[in-house]
Amino acid sequence: MTEPMMKPPKRNLGPVKWMRTHLFSNWYNSLLTLAVGYLLVTSVGPLLNWLILDATFLGNGPDDCVGAGACWLFVKQRLNFFIYGFYPDELQWRVDVMFALLAVAFVPQFIERFPGRKWLGIFGITGLPIIGYVLIPGGVLGLEEVGSSKWGGLMLTLILAYIGILASLPIGVLLALGRRSDMPIIRGLCVVFIEVWRAVPLITVLFMASVMLPLFLPDGVSFEKLVRALIGITLWQSAYMAEVIRGGLQAIPRGQYEAAGALGLGYWRKMGLVILPQALKLVIPGIVNTFISLFKDTTLVLIIGLFDILGAVQSTIADPAWQNVAIEGYVFVAFCFWVFCFGISRYSQNLERKLDTGHKT
Amino acid sequence: MTQHTESTDVQAENKPGIIRVEGMHKWYGDFHVLKDLNLTIDQGERIVICGPSGSGKSTFIRCINRLEEHQQGKIIVDDVELTDDVRHIDSVRREVGMVFQHFNLFPHLTVLENCCLSPIWVRKVPRREAEAAAMEYLERVKIPDQANKYPGQLSGGQQQRVAIARALCMKPKIMLFDEPTSALDPEMIKEVLDVMIELAESGMTMICVTHEMGFAKTVADRVIFMDGGEIVEEAPPSEFFGNPREPRTQQFLQQILQH
Repeated sequence: MTEPMMKPPKRNLGPVKWMRTHLFSNWYNSLLTLAVGYLLVTSVGPLLNWLILDATFLGNGPDDCVGAGACWLFVKQRLNFFIYGFYPDELQWRVDVMFALLAVAFVPQFIERFPGRKWLGIFGITGLPIIGYVLIPGGVLGLEEVGSSKWGGLMLTLILAYIGILASLPIGVLLALGRRSDMPIIRGLCVVFIEVWRAVPLITVLFMASVMLPLFLPDGVSFEKLVRALIGITLWQSAYMAEVIRGGLQAIPRGQYEAAGALGLGYWRKMGLVILPQALKLVIPGIVNTFISLFKDTTLVLIIGLFDILGAVQSTIADPAWQNVAIEGYVFVAFCFWVFCFGISRYSQNLERKLDTGHKT
Repeated sequence: MTQHTESTDVQAENKPGIIRVEGMHKWYGDFHVLKDLNLTIDQGERIVICGPSGSGKSTFIRCINRLEEHQQGKIIVDDVELTDDVRHIDSVRREVGMVFQHFNLFPHLTVLENCCLSPIWVRKVPRREAEAAAMEYLERVKIPDQANKYPGQLSGGQQQRVAIARALCMKPKIMLFDEPTSALDPEMIKEVLDVMIELAESGMTMICVTHEMGFAKTVADRVIFMDGGEIVEEAPPSEFFGNPREPRTQQFLQQILQH
């Protein structure tokens, strides 16, 4: 609270001195600096040429892509398919509304002093999925029905990732608590669940969800392929999540459990108010790691015939009308994934800083 | 501090045998930690338990709110017997406050939130009321100005005083202290002991495991000496320090009072 008696000395070096200490401090650092500099100079130029300067942005069709650079015209003309899949053009406003709500709920989370951002965040994990559940498939409230076989592209990727992330966290928490439970039956069930799901590749899970599950279900009972994939992804992911969270639970000193117990807090309050807030905070990096890897793993749904953004791009690349546009397509997909995954990562760093209360026990 | 005489103000509601321990045994695996303990504590009594390390004194007081379970004998706290029944355990824990050697404050909550957590969620006190009560207790332990800080920003002595306030916020009938000053730097021991002495003068039923013999002399009604999992000697402090009967007690006192 009080002002320091003396300000610490400034450590502003000036550009020449900074370069000398950081780039040319000795002969091998100088050599390294020069080598890296050479690589940058020789590669950035051609890259910029290909990406922007020589690239084609305008035109009417494949014939306009004649320059040496990238053919962004291809991405531009197929953007609708990349984002909405086969979702009917005249109904795409429904998806747009969801994109807008997603932005309204989550973009303010990056802005420290945005008014009501907590409530927007809560809306993002409660109201948003409910609205989406009505709006995207339609079939109620006079909305025309759009079957999930028509969904695709970025929209499908986001649906898979969003629901997978949202559902796997609470299930993971319960599994982690169960695995540390004193009750042998609950502990046993959780151990079996985690060890079985975690030991199976996601591709296998998706195959089984799409091919085998219908064989075991009674006649007349069937889920849509998308729902089956979602259940598979969520359960698979929650097994991973459980182990990440269990790591956090183990890091909480026994004294915290004892103090909460001694204050008369029962099991659920002890966990919910004292242990989990600390444990989850500790494992934010691990949780985010799992989220990001789930986000990228959604591309595997291609093998059961769902066209996520990668699938949509890949199927278009094969179009004989466009020649040699594979690189443009993959760069576009990579960029889309990077934007979302980097966003998740940045948000988690914000959160870690905000929740830091000088953790000492 | 003022010389303490019998706390007549709480004499009226003094209840004999608020804690009754009868023939209690405890084992860790095959190791017999507590052997046939018998002890009756009346409401308003101040008990100090001392003994060499490994004598089972901490384990014993942790049995009183069932942080450790005993395998044989009875522990009855305020007419509730401690068994496997979770409801009994919870109801005893509501009436028994505990202060730990390592404070065990919740680092993700502010001092005030630490104090209000249990009153709000267990006693169902409205938040405003709980906060007002918590501020009163924080004033009593002389740190109301730290209410909105996090435990990590406080010194050890301050943290331990918060821990005492946190336990008092549940308005317990009994307070257990498990070596409350052992983890503190020497200059902070006094501030915590002062709070404990003040609490003792208010008539609180207290059981303290401590090595602070000065505290035992001023505050305790009875001093209990444990060794090897047994209660070796039990006497008022004047007798305990002035004229110990058992050779093991004499040896222990010699060792700790030597320097």
